[in-house]
Amino acid sequence: MALLEVNNLRTSFFTDAGEVKAVNNVSFSLDRGKVLGIVGESGSGKSVTAYSIMQILAGTGKIVGGSIKFDGTELVGAGEKVMKTIRGNKISIIFQDPMTSLNPTYTIGKQLMEAILLHTDRDSQQAYDRAVEMLRLVNVNEPERRMKQYPYEFSGGMRQRVMIAMALACEPDILIADEPTTALDVTIQAQILELMGSLQKELGMAIIMITHDLGVVAQICDEVIVMYAGSICEQGTADEIFYNPCHEYTKGLLRSIPTTDTAGRKLQPITGTPIDLLNMPKGCPFAPRCEFAMKVCINHRADRMRINDDHDAACWMNVKHGVQNGEIDLDELSSDGNPKEKKAEPPKEEKKEPVKYTADNKNNTGSSNKGKKNKKNKKKGDESVG
Amino acid sequence: MNLLADTEKKVDEKKPLIEVKDLKEYFYINTGWFVSKPLKAVDGVSFTINKGETLGLVGESGCGKTTVGRTMLHLYKPTGGEIWYDGKQIKTRSDIKEFRKKATMVFQDPYSSLNPRMTVSDIIGEPLDVHKLYSTKQERQDRILELMGYVGLNSEHAARYAHEFSGGQRQRIGIARSLAVNPDFIVCDEPVSALDVSIQAQVINMFDELQEKLGLTYLFVAHDLLVVRHISDRIAVMYLGKMVELAPAAEIYDRPLHPYSKSLLSAVPVPDPKIARANKRIVLTGDIPSPLNAPSGCPFRTRCKYATDKCAESMPEFKEVSTGHFVACHRTADINS
Repeated sequence: MALLEVNNLRTSFFTDAGEVKAVNNVSFSLDRGKVLGIVGESGSGKSVTAYSIMQILAGTGKIVGGSIKFDGTELVGAGEKVMKTIRGNKISIIFQDPMTSLNPTYTIGKQLMEAILLHTDRDSQQAYDRAVEMLRLVNVNEPERRMKQYPYEFSGGMRQRVMIAMALACEPDILIADEPTTALDVTIQAQILELMGSLQKELGMAIIMITHDLGVVAQICDEVIVMYAGSICEQGTADEIFYNPCHEYTKGLLRSIPTTDTAGRKLQPITGTPIDLLNMPKGCPFAPRCEFAMKVCINHRADRMRINDDHDAACWMNVKHGVQNGEIDLDELSSDGNPKEKKAEPPKEEKKEPVKYTADNKNNTGSSNKGKKNKKNKKKGDESVG
Repeated sequence: MNLLADTEKKVDEKKPLIEVKDLKEYFYINTGWFVSKPLKAVDGVSFTINKGETLGLVGESGCGKTTVGRTMLHLYKPTGGEIWYDGKQIKTRSDIKEFRKKATMVFQDPYSSLNPRMTVSDIIGEPLDVHKLYSTKQERQDRILELMGYVGLNSEHAARYAHEFSGGQRQRIGIARSLAVNPDFIVCDEPVSALDVSIQAQVINMFDELQEKLGLTYLFVAHDLLVVRHISDRIAVMYLGKMVELAPAAEIYDRPLHPYSKSLLSAVPVPDPKIARANKRIVLTGDIPSPLNAPSGCPFRTRCKYATDKCAESMPEFKEVSTGHFVACHRTADINS
């Protein structure tokens, strides 16, 4: 059994302007000792997914449906009492900004010991020893002296280490890292990622790594979820996602990042701007920006279709796989008034895609000549919000 | 196309547009009663930028890269050193005023660098007002619309306020503003780091296109090394207020000579799992020292595994080791053989 199972999770924020569906039918599972990456742009719902698991949503946020099972225990609706035994103890979280997530009025030692005293039956001397041990584990020099210092005396990288020490002090089964290195420089980022990788192997915990940086994902993740506008558009092993992307959004992301061999060439950006979550379209949320969008994309959201054992994607371009696996009923679709050829054609194009996306040429493939452009993006370039 | 050919010619000539000689910028920090200490944000940096070229400037936070860009435009008064533009030293107030018609800046944060109480056309028109670059109102309006066209904004956006736009579009407004005076040189201070990945590529391409179209010269300051590699012709690496290496972009990536550049470049997360797994990173220990208490001699010696006594005694000279490849390290020859 998987350590964490999330099924059809839906989280919404109820604002004055209306319901914002920040997380929409998200399902995934996480096994012990694995590193799962969740990638997406700002507003894609990656952090809200993590906060839903921890149930630390802001006041207006609410889990409106689905289930989160940790080690067989249902967490949705379990109540504060149960969550208190889980948070910081079984599942820990590291936040993005190490500058603001420590309390400036308490010493590092006090903040580290708080978690230990709360979740274990150690007395304060044992908790102190454990805190020093944790600081040593995350390579903080002179831990005894550092215990007495305040957060302002630490640099950004050091503070993030303290956060990691704090998160790991109770030996959690799952560590959620919400953009842990975004605020840090590359050299410090490398240190922190290295540290997380080695601790993960040492302690055998699972990590959920939330990031927008595909480089970080490539570095440490076993599995990857790509999110867009609150839903999962593609999920698979890191190799599958990078070398055989099957969702147009993932392909677009991979094409748009500069690499060492794009110098002197034009990047291929995704046109348009991210979607307004208050006005979600009926069909695929990426359709307005997708250059291969078909009629079916505008009207129907694609279900997740299995590409192979390690990979699935919610994109109509993979309709062939969906039909083969019995996940899609073509008759049901056509009854909604979509002309048949719209669905029958994509498989032809799709066949070539995996071959094209190999490690060496993934950057120069793409939007060339194929695909049906009958519903092309309305306007190139940005469109204004509001 | 004519314009493009023109730009290429300029690059071939390798005529320096900007020359910075031994630039110094110290901020005096109060450390006690009537006691202050210089924070050497930029300490003796020299380089040139040729016409039509993009010079990338990279380094960790606190290394002084942003200060270099700002001091070059005299947004800070330089503590020492000289700035030459097109063969003329920028010194007096009138020089500076003239210089600012030729050199402008794009700021990092598109959320805080646009005045929320001004409409887009006022924001873009402000440099025109300041330098009195139009004779009639119609002329001003035409110029604003032309600039908005350059950066891919629609004319109906002109009357809107900055908050009505997304991050990528705000950055476009900022770029249009910097283009208003028809500059030759733009300092781009982390112009894409606040943007989402999919928007980043749009803006980077726009910088490329504008350079081709208008023959611009850029100083591109950023900490994202893949972005810098993509856009730059040459790249300079800074550490603690000093320039440690300067070389053509491809060369510095393939053959970095300074131990700091080596570790910085190896730390770049490559978005490719197979390469990432095979990549042996040179992980530096410790943090960047405070510039208030910078180490003696070579600033990098406290984190450098090749450091010797000599490194503590004197700052290595910034010298050319092969054509166009400058490095400041006592042990360049030993560690790269």
